[in-house]
Amino acid sequence: MLEVNTLTKRFSGLVAVDQASLSVAKGSITGLIGPNGAGKTTLFAMVAGFLQPDGGSVSYDGRDITQLAPHVRARAGIARTFQIVQPFEGLNVQENIAVGAYLHTPDAREAMQQAADIAHRVGLGADLTKASSDLTVAGRKRLEVARALATKPRLLLLDEVLAGLNPSEIRDVLPLVRAIRDQGVTILMIEHIMQAVMNLCDKVYVLSQGRMIAQGEPKAVCEDPQVIEAYLGHGAAERLRAEQAHA
Amino acid sequence: MTRPRLSTLAIIVAALAVVPLAGLSGSLLNLMIFMMIIALAAQGWNILGGYAGLSSFGHAAFFGAGAYAMVVLQTRFGVNAWIALVIGIALGALVGAFIGFLSFRSGLKGSYFALITLAFAEVARILANSTNFTGGAAGILLKLQTGLPYLQFADRRYFLLIALGFVAIGLLVSWWLEHSRFGAYLVALRENEQAAQALGVDVFAVKMKAIAISGALTAAAGCLYAQNYLFIDANVAFGSWISIEALFAAIVGGSGTVIGPLLGAIVLLGLGELTKMVSGGIPGMDLLVFGVILVLSVAYSPNGLVMLMKSLGLRAPAKAREA
Repeated sequence: MLEVNTLTKRFSGLVAVDQASLSVAKGSITGLIGPNGAGKTTLFAMVAGFLQPDGGSVSYDGRDITQLAPHVRARAGIARTFQIVQPFEGLNVQENIAVGAYLHTPDAREAMQQAADIAHRVGLGADLTKASSDLTVAGRKRLEVARALATKPRLLLLDEVLAGLNPSEIRDVLPLVRAIRDQGVTILMIEHIMQAVMNLCDKVYVLSQGRMIAQGEPKAVCEDPQVIEAYLGHGAAERLRAEQAHA
Repeated sequence: MTRPRLSTLAIIVAALAVVPLAGLSGSLLNLMIFMMIIALAAQGWNILGGYAGLSSFGHAAFFGAGAYAMVVLQTRFGVNAWIALVIGIALGALVGAFIGFLSFRSGLKGSYFALITLAFAEVARILANSTNFTGGAAGILLKLQTGLPYLQFADRRYFLLIALGFVAIGLLVSWWLEHSRFGAYLVALRENEQAAQALGVDVFAVKMKAIAISGALTAAAGCLYAQNYLFIDANVAFGSWISIEALFAAIVGGSGTVIGPLLGAIVLLGLGELTKMVSGGIPGMDLLVFGVILVLSVAYSPNGLVMLMKSLGLRAPAKAREA
């Protein structure tokens, strides 16, 4: 459904993303992991159209969308959430979600109704008239997801929706992500929390220093020596193996 | 959120319409007409500066476009006043689209947008001041011709009603913003442009529409001003006084609210007039009061009088319950 081909992004000398490629199968949950500063969010921004790549291409449903503006991609069915939540402060929860719903209906009553439905789906049903700034961190993350869902996406890009949540909140959100997929939305997610990645993802890509260093099933990827070294430093894989042999 | 009902708006307009029937003195009637003109200019500013969060310091560009269209079309081309009014309003929208296209293409926001609008208004002022076509520095007089076709009335109450009619349109436009997709998009891009884009909002197109509507409303105020005073020059039509007056009334009244600009215009000009009376005509006293009001309103009611009234109104029943 989504094909990223050798995308490259430079920020004046620093190569943030270096010829990274990935592909997301329709109906799957695909994970994108990697150490801090690996370029995951930059890659996401290029997929959603917020940054123009210096090389490579993005295609969606077989169509090259590399040059399209973000709002055009949203209309084509690509929605994203932001790692740093960005609610519309002046609007309440329901109105926030309605902004997304307006993508498919000009009618205010219908948009507000859809917003209420989605709020219930993501567990914000009791907070409809709350100011978005009064939500907890977990609530704001849900709001990000709700707003994106309101645009009726076919591909949902989740940027660390679990970061900053406590374990019980994470346990609550995991089924939500799975439910979204089961309703036919393909998901590409950036995630740091391995429990979530192992739990949810059909396939995982690992980005390190801008390069795609591994891909495959979550379990296999976690045991990949290259991945362990990317996270824990040079020689870490070998040390781990040695320790395991001792034990 | 303050979301007045349509019936509330109807009552406000009706109340304002009834006042002049009670028999106002000529100077009070003039003051009310002036209030309506400023309210209309502020309503225009509020669409762009209040709802879309794009604060302009140059709404004089639209005001002047309307005022000059009104006067030049009538005096030089013999166009009927009502047709000139329509063309003036359309010109305001066009000037808005022109300034908007240039500034939004390059993504100007915040203080940069404010400065560029100020620059456009100043350029217009200097051009109008030095071109013969617009009467140059001497300005242009409109011939006094009373009667409905000339949009001039021997009984000035009729003119007040027409100005009030435009203010009512301004209220309706703002009310519609609060209940429509377009309005929700404006607020969304004010609060967070990137998030709005991610939800499929074409921010450039939305801003263009906003500045065109904003320009049209403020140009209508310029048209009425010219028609009311029958004289304009560059400093009146394109002067920064009107840019300031428009944003001042909107901010003090409550920017991004339906009634804010109207309330702000009435309170500010009313207080200004009161000061002039009390101070016995010391020049500049009303400006001093304006300054004090601005400081007080920023300090105690940064969201405007509308929000202040609302929060007082919300607190009152709570007290009643305790009692």
